Amino acid sequence: MPSDAALKTPTAPPGPFTAFWRAFRENRGAVIGLTIISIIFFVAIFANVLAPHDPLEQYRGFTRLPPIGMEGSDPRFLLGTDALGRDLLSRLMYGARVSLFIGLSVMVVSMAVGIALGLTSAFFGGIVDVIIIRIMDLIMAIPSLVLAILIVAIIGPNLTNTIIAVTIVGLPRYVRLVRASALTELTKDYVTAAKVSGVRKFRLMTVTVLPNCLAPLIVQAALGMSDAILEAAGLGFLGLGAQPPTPEWGAMLADSRDLMLQAPWVMAAPGLAILTTVLSINLMGDGLRDALDPRLRRS
Amino acid sequence: MFRFLLKRLLLTLPTFFALMFVTFIMIRLVPGDPIEVRRGERGISPERLAELRHEMGLDQPIWKQFFDYVWGILHGDFGTSIISKTPILHEFFTLFPATLELSICAMIFAVGLGVPAGVIAASRRGGIYDQGLMFTALAGYSMPIFWWGLILILVMSNTLGLTPVSGRVDLIKYYYEPVTGFMLIDSLLSGQKGAFWDAVHHLILPTIVLGTVPLAVIARMTRSSMLEVLEEDYVRTARAKGLSSSRVIGVHALRNALIPVVTVFGLQVGGLMAGAVLTETIFSWPGVGKWLVESISRRDYPALQGGILLISTIVILINLCIDLLYGLINPRIRHAK
Repeated sequence: MPSDAALKTPTAPPGPFTAFWRAFRENRGAVIGLTIISIIFFVAIFANVLAPHDPLEQYRGFTRLPPIGMEGSDPRFLLGTDALGRDLLSRLMYGARVSLFIGLSVMVVSMAVGIALGLTSAFFGGIVDVIIIRIMDLIMAIPSLVLAILIVAIIGPNLTNTIIAVTIVGLPRYVRLVRASALTELTKDYVTAAKVSGVRKFRLMTVTVLPNCLAPLIVQAALGMSDAILEAAGLGFLGLGAQPPTPEWGAMLADSRDLMLQAPWVMAAPGLAILTTVLSINLMGDGLRDALDPRLRRS
Repeated sequence: MFRFLLKRLLLTLPTFFALMFVTFIMIRLVPGDPIEVRRGERGISPERLAELRHEMGLDQPIWKQFFDYVWGILHGDFGTSIISKTPILHEFFTLFPATLELSICAMIFAVGLGVPAGVIAASRRGGIYDQGLMFTALAGYSMPIFWWGLILILVMSNTLGLTPVSGRVDLIKYYYEPVTGFMLIDSLLSGQKGAFWDAVHHLILPTIVLGTVPLAVIARMTRSSMLEVLEEDYVRTARAKGLSSSRVIGVHALRNALIPVVTVFGLQVGGLMAGAVLTETIFSWPGVGKWLVESISRRDYPALQGGILLISTIVILINLCIDLLYGLINPRIRHAK
């Protein structure tokens, strides 16, 4: 017969973050994704310390060096150099900065605008709702990259405009998501209770309803970030994104097309960087979805 | 059913109207002189400028210009290309079959591999096949397809010499007048030996590249849809009746699991056009995607305007058709409010 002391004292229920982390940890892929993307973030932030060379410095006489381990390589250039003698590793590291900056900016702006428009649409209804939803339908009717091309063609190709174009293209998903979850929440009793107790509309929108719409929104934000990085790289590849000599991964790929046969590593490296980044964010996003949104849990 | 059809049609009208409005505004927002932008001429004398302004209707009030623009579109006038001086509608529809042929092949590739992959993953849930297939699908979904295309060219064409690098058919060996615009059909009609296989060879890599993302999406969707259906009572009943596992999965479950996959298929149409822009650029595939990108570098804004309007219209129409099809196979949608 066990004594009282041997019985486990009941612990407090885990806080929301602990509960989330426990669910997230179950998904091995998600943890791997989180680890890789953290490393990429670390490299991007400290690129100026970690990069062995200036990404724009052209070392004449050291052009098209192969990566270390191949014949004719130079230990000073670990991944080799491109056609202009720029260190590939350094360019990749600074490129991570550009891509993650684009991804994060698009995510933050889309979240802010998406929440504002989605909540307005759900709360005011009527003509406001119709106008917002129609505009979002229109954006969705035009193929993403085609619309981004159109926007960039009008406002000109550079880094800021890439962010603007990619944000506009991805916006409908955020708006519709916020609107749909807000509409579901609005029918619930706690909202009615808040209304009855005289909570003002703005407070009702932001403090009462919004926190309950956040879970799917966070998942969307993660997936939206990887989409943004892919789309921005596509624009860069078409010459419509960040302009040379900015070390943007998509633009680096486009540059490398001519020497694809002589120096395939110059082409392989930036693409691999894009794939790794996007894949780890998506792996993490799957885990986020499983942990935050039990309805969508993929058993 | 008729009411559903009518309602769905009416819903697309405002979108189409707004689309015309956006493309109308767009060409006015392009920096630079409007005449220069639209005619591609530089250093025009004031008299010629006034003449052109009148000719192009730019001296009219803005609402009249928009009305004329819409009127023109409704009569099939999508403007004239600055570079080739041919009507955009004509130029677009000479190139469009190439894009359509590629897209259809990519979709067949995606469905043909994606559905079985999803079914296998779902029927061996949690196993090594499931994990492997789903990781591959996620990698495919995350793939920068322009890079994927270049890697395939490097490996398949340049190193192994299995497939050609670009174009739709070897124009030096085979020449024939386009009849349908579909290279696979035209090459057969031409009766030239080997032409068809040459066209097939040219199609392989672009098909894989364009089909990769839809393949990944369809595989993931089929898997999760199958998992849901496999829990249903009628599947348990079928199992209890003693039907073989393959029959339960292939007949009872799959048929119902495919309903949501049809929707995803529809959503991929827009993505396919976006992918076509990149795929055609890499493989020098003479379709509308490559033409659109070239229009930008040539500053051919009328072509860009007309091209985007036409592409979006086609996407809207295809989505409409898929919605109607969906209404046919799933009565719940049809009768919903």
